[in-house]
Amino acid sequence: MSADLIIILPELLLSLFALLSLLFAVYTSKDGIASAMLWLTSAVLIILACWIGLTGTGTNIAFDGMFIDDGFSRFAKVAILLAAAAILAMGEAYMTAKGLLRFEYPVLVALSVVGMMMMVSAGDLMALYMGLELQSLALYVIAALRRDSIKSTEAGLKYFVLGALSSGMLLYGASLVYGYAGTTVFSGIVQVANHDISMGLLFGLVFLMAGLAFKISAVPFHMWTPDVYEGSPTPVTAFFATAPKVAAMALFARVLHDAFGAATADWRQIMALLSILSMFLGAFAAIGQTNIKRLMAYSSIAHMGYALMGLAAGTVLGVQAMLVYMAIYVTMNVGTFAFILMMEKDGQPVVNIESLSMYSRREPGKALAMLVLLFSMAGVPPMLGFFGKFYVLKAAFEGGLAWLAVAGAVASVIGAYYYLRIVYLMYFGDPAEEGLNGGQSPVLWMFLIGSAIIMLAGVVNMFGVDAAAASAAATLLD
Amino acid sequence: MIELEHYLTVAALLFVIGIFGIFLNRKNIIILLMSVELMLLAVNINLVAFSSFLGDLVGQVFTLFVLTVAAAEAAIGLAILVCFFRNRGTIAVEDVNVMKG
Repeated sequence: MSADLIIILPELLLSLFALLSLLFAVYTSKDGIASAMLWLTSAVLIILACWIGLTGTGTNIAFDGMFIDDGFSRFAKVAILLAAAAILAMGEAYMTAKGLLRFEYPVLVALSVVGMMMMVSAGDLMALYMGLELQSLALYVIAALRRDSIKSTEAGLKYFVLGALSSGMLLYGASLVYGYAGTTVFSGIVQVANHDISMGLLFGLVFLMAGLAFKISAVPFHMWTPDVYEGSPTPVTAFFATAPKVAAMALFARVLHDAFGAATADWRQIMALLSILSMFLGAFAAIGQTNIKRLMAYSSIAHMGYALMGLAAGTVLGVQAMLVYMAIYVTMNVGTFAFILMMEKDGQPVVNIESLSMYSRREPGKALAMLVLLFSMAGVPPMLGFFGKFYVLKAAFEGGLAWLAVAGAVASVIGAYYYLRIVYLMYFGDPAEEGLNGGQSPVLWMFLIGSAIIMLAGVVNMFGVDAAAASAAATLLD
Repeated sequence: MIELEHYLTVAALLFVIGIFGIFLNRKNIIILLMSVELMLLAVNINLVAFSSFLGDLVGQVFTLFVLTVAAAEAAIGLAILVCFFRNRGTIAVEDVNVMKG
């Protein structure tokens, strides 16, 4: 028992931290200490990330297979923790200025991170469900954090209703899998699926995949994404676009390979379909957008399509490509949202893309950093984003899905249009347009420049993320 | 004699009614919450039926977790709904349309 507790120590400590800080804030000065708590939470997340990343070794299984701590889960956890810490630090100034910095915000983020860590380590349908719900319930609340705004509460409501629907579908799938496999542990399910996969088990798998596709906002389960991204406060949107996506994608990979690794032929086609639909819808629907938060929503749908392509390959290389892609995606999004948080005019946040016209003349440094990030998202060769796309295309090609790889290349060319349109506006837009002013924040500036530099300098060796992802993927498919 | 299939059929019917309740309902968001609850209860019937016919207790443990989470989910849903009502003054489904998507 105590050996099990040592394995889940990071999750245990983070939940304890969240609960104690909640108690502390309630019994003391309430919102007066919210800012201090935010920085403390951010520091705790970074410490946990360093701890897990530097000291974790081997594959440790706790609670009879319910909780798995392996290289794959550690890779995802480090990405989740660092992304959450970065987003918390980035949003502090914005939340304070808008009067949104209540002490619940860092507590809820910490609790949702506990849920995400449970998700990526789940080795059992029950652990999967509890992790997913802990994450989702915290996210529903922070979507509606701006209680006096129609948009924010509407975003929370839409997210809640569709999220609950997806949880229901996932759970129905879980109940069928349990019934036809006779167990909820992934290692038991894979043995049953190895012999012959029954109709009931296949139905369960399809429902599970539909529920998970909702969480990563893959087409055709993406309807909530643009509205929730638009309505939520911008730092919350940045959070939605990063950490939960990594967690859900890692959970997807874990369920498919750990529980249904024997049925690769059955789920590959579904994954390929989700992937191609997401890539094309993301590319086409983003073209007409005028709100940069909605644009980022469609951009994230398209990016999820590419990450799914890695999973559709069904190989070690595919999982490695997915992990590399997600790491690059998160880094790009942190930088891009740092830029969006700095978009303001006369002290008011602006989300209109047209307001960026001739931005390069006023803020050449920021415009250049954003240019690097947009090129990277579009997949233009010298930037890191190109290598992410190259990896998944290569994995799909070697996995025998050449048609999917070709479709992915076509979709990325179409998608490049809307990224380059922003670049065009910033450098050659209409000079008469009343543009942005203000938005000088050293913290955001640091994140924007840091992210842009990683996109350029990472070309050399990807900072070792490549090799780490390879060994992480190998532990999932051993 | 009531077989496993009978339980599964009832659960599937309830689940489908829940899904249709979400998509066809044009009146009230409270009905959406009730539909979600119906879906989760259908899953519970499934789990208990499987658990009983397999002679395995795990399904019933799962049911207890689902019931607990469903209660927490309903509480959060209603809280968000109250906030929305204060801002918008209505909880009709067709009025959840400030953003179009």
